[in-house]
Amino acid sequence: MNKPFAITLDQGSSRANHTGSWRTRRPEYVDRLPPCNNACPAGEDIQAWLARAEEGDYRAAWEILVRDNPLPAIMGRACYRPCETACNRGRLDEAVSVHSVERFLGDFAIAEKWAFGPTVASSGKRVLVIGAGPSGLSAAYHLARMGHAVTIREALPRAGGMMRYGIPKYRLPREVLDAEVRRILDLGVRLELSAPITDVLQSSRDYDACFAAIGAHLANRVEIPAADASRIIDALQLLQDVEGGAIPRIGRRVAVYGGGNTALDAARTAQRLGAEETCVVYRRGRSRMPADALEVAEALEEGIQVRWLRTIQSFENDELVLERVETDARGGLHGTGEFETLEADTVILAVGQNVDLSILEKVDGVRITDRVVEVDARMMTGHRGLFAGGDMVPAKRTIATAVGHGKKAARHIDAYLRGTTYVHAERHEVATFDMLNPWYYSDADRTIQPTLDAVRRRSTFEEVHGGLTADSALFEARRCLSCGNCFECDNCYGVCPDNAVVKLGKDMRFRIDLDFCKGCGLCAAECPCGAIRMVAEEV
Amino acid sequence: MTQRVKFYQTGTLTAGNRLLDPEMRAVQSSIDRSNALTSGHRACQGCGEALGARWVLDAAMRASGKRLVAVNATGCLEVFTTPYPESAWQLPWLHSLFANAASVATGVAAAMRVKGKDVRVLAQGGDGGTTDIGFGCLSGMFERGDDVLYVCYDNEAYMNTGVQRSSATPPAARTATTPALGPEPGNELGRGKSVPLIAMAHRIPYVATASVADLHDLEDKVEHAMRLHGPRYVHVHVPCPLGWGSASEDTIRVARLAVESGLFPLFEAEYGDVVRVTPIRRRVPVEDYLRIQKRFAHLFADGNVDGRRVAYLQAIADRNISRFGLLGPEGAR
Repeated sequence: MNKPFAITLDQGSSRANHTGSWRTRRPEYVDRLPPCNNACPAGEDIQAWLARAEEGDYRAAWEILVRDNPLPAIMGRACYRPCETACNRGRLDEAVSVHSVERFLGDFAIAEKWAFGPTVASSGKRVLVIGAGPSGLSAAYHLARMGHAVTIREALPRAGGMMRYGIPKYRLPREVLDAEVRRILDLGVRLELSAPITDVLQSSRDYDACFAAIGAHLANRVEIPAADASRIIDALQLLQDVEGGAIPRIGRRVAVYGGGNTALDAARTAQRLGAEETCVVYRRGRSRMPADALEVAEALEEGIQVRWLRTIQSFENDELVLERVETDARGGLHGTGEFETLEADTVILAVGQNVDLSILEKVDGVRITDRVVEVDARMMTGHRGLFAGGDMVPAKRTIATAVGHGKKAARHIDAYLRGTTYVHAERHEVATFDMLNPWYYSDADRTIQPTLDAVRRRSTFEEVHGGLTADSALFEARRCLSCGNCFECDNCYGVCPDNAVVKLGKDMRFRIDLDFCKGCGLCAAECPCGAIRMVAEEV
Repeated sequence: MTQRVKFYQTGTLTAGNRLLDPEMRAVQSSIDRSNALTSGHRACQGCGEALGARWVLDAAMRASGKRLVAVNATGCLEVFTTPYPESAWQLPWLHSLFANAASVATGVAAAMRVKGKDVRVLAQGGDGGTTDIGFGCLSGMFERGDDVLYVCYDNEAYMNTGVQRSSATPPAARTATTPALGPEPGNELGRGKSVPLIAMAHRIPYVATASVADLHDLEDKVEHAMRLHGPRYVHVHVPCPLGWGSASEDTIRVARLAVESGLFPLFEAEYGDVVRVTPIRRRVPVEDYLRIQKRFAHLFADGNVDGRRVAYLQAIADRNISRFGLLGPEGAR
């Protein structure tokens, strides 16, 4: 009773008043799927490794990167980066240059001689991988880290598949390719070169499972009436010859027939071999060209000409006769009967390529449709224990897709060998741009990679694009918006009018104190990256 | 005053960031902030005033080493924080009357001086207690040169008593006393006053405007004010979801649109002269601000636009922009 005059109650704190009872909806922290990760055919957790790179912890970033993809230095150069097309930052200023940070991490790892982390205990199982291309190497890598003994058989004299025999040096220097292949072999993977397989069942008899990943090295042909057929050469053969150290005989005026990436690689290679004029002839328009837009732009920069909507009718006396073509509303092509000529002494054909499936044709249960092998959701063919991926199964033929197939197949092969089933974690909702609050991101222009000057690009096989420095890689990584995943900006903690957001400390994020949260939704509205969702309370 | 740290992911626009040096983060991002106004208070969902008051007081607590007394005018802030016997304040806090917060603060400051204590004094009130009812006391405090930081949380009407017009209510806004009826709906055009400009006319050491739209800017200004002595005035724009008819999650967005449209200019003045402004980052028309508030809904009723009133408000924003140079050096070019 020692209270002052007119005071009858003890002083209390407002914290006795649980305002959480007012709430009709509550905030929930979520991890949404960033669009880059969603778009990556190799299934990389791009945002997670960018987050480590943002901190300058390149080792941790690289470790996360190679959990999914053992070829970052290659991928950072040769991937057509669907991640950047999907990047939400593209709606603000320009997409994050994911590939250049990936390349930086890959190159840094090579320079620092980082090796892959420990593998799990040996399973005692043996797996045969057919083909040392991106898909085969990826599968071999994942299987080795899962504890299986892997042997790769490669028909060609060097490893790399299309990365070596399809992608020219100026896009992918061979030291980089060799270093990343070697690091996979260092896991104990056996590589047999110039070891083509004729009978899959016979060759895989001593193995517990087999993963076939044969690339599309078989060039399609098209008949062109020509006086001298020896001056019509095949693009893949050209690229392969150059890789083998031969100097193919090409003339001064080269025409390349086709509109895919191989056509452009062949054109750019011909230019570097000394062609004075190189012209790509393609039957459809630029927008319908299957080649990647970046590659088209780079070819044009190097002075390659393109004639769109033309077909080659004949090739005689150093002259091509081209017919103009029109497309109709349904995309069909029709000759117009209008002809023109193009001076050329060499024609390079790049009109599509296929996989030589002869070794699989007779295997019991294997089904081939439209010149590719049918596989189930586990990447297994109709023949038990025989899996397939990369160019030989129905999918986009890109390195990233191939690497993704290798990983996916490895997971299912592992489960198959252990008698279990691989269940993929549930996919989170994609973090779309409308879920972000972009106000909080400051403007920062994309970092431009150094580029070789045009003269040297026309005459040498030096790499066209340079890499980032550590500083510029840090800058670029920090342009990531962290879509859908908390990056601990403290905004929710700062903007809650009721102190109902509890900060848990570094790397531990936040918690909502539901005793006091009134459900106003400010935390969710002001979360820059869309990592908070409001859900209705059950009444 | 506003420091801009070059940090590419979020700039200094978010409260904190795991990559930023802790000293560069906002007080509000600190796990050790005072929470001078703590949980359990009875402000409405999404209350801008509760938010603004915590931001101001936590910054002042840090700047003063927690040697701070707050004096409160009558108003929402007083009512929702102190229903007897509970208090949401975690600092010495007193309330006397609606009109006299500035005078009481003068007295507290004098008492501290007499006792030889280094304790700072902060007076605070809403726009009603500041621009109308407590205006005489405030002007006196300025004129006497008392060592008090006075903070006005401006939600542009008497919200606690049911949304009656104050002299800070913007033109055309609907309140309980300025209904959206008749030929001149909402608050009459041409009325009201700007207390920050009047405070400047007292030639006091520091006058600033701030907003819950910009945490760093607000904290910088409070910290700067706390470094100075003598009468100082900070006027904080704090949206009221109830009175303005905006969604509770839109409180900061509404405040941001007020700043970005130019309707609420952010500036600092010393001894009567404007010395700094916070430039508009992405200018928007006032319509963007008006349309998300029901108190302006009559300007856009039935798909029509009340062109005269919208233009009047736009003219106010345009005048602020040119008068204070809110588009920054690029806008001046």
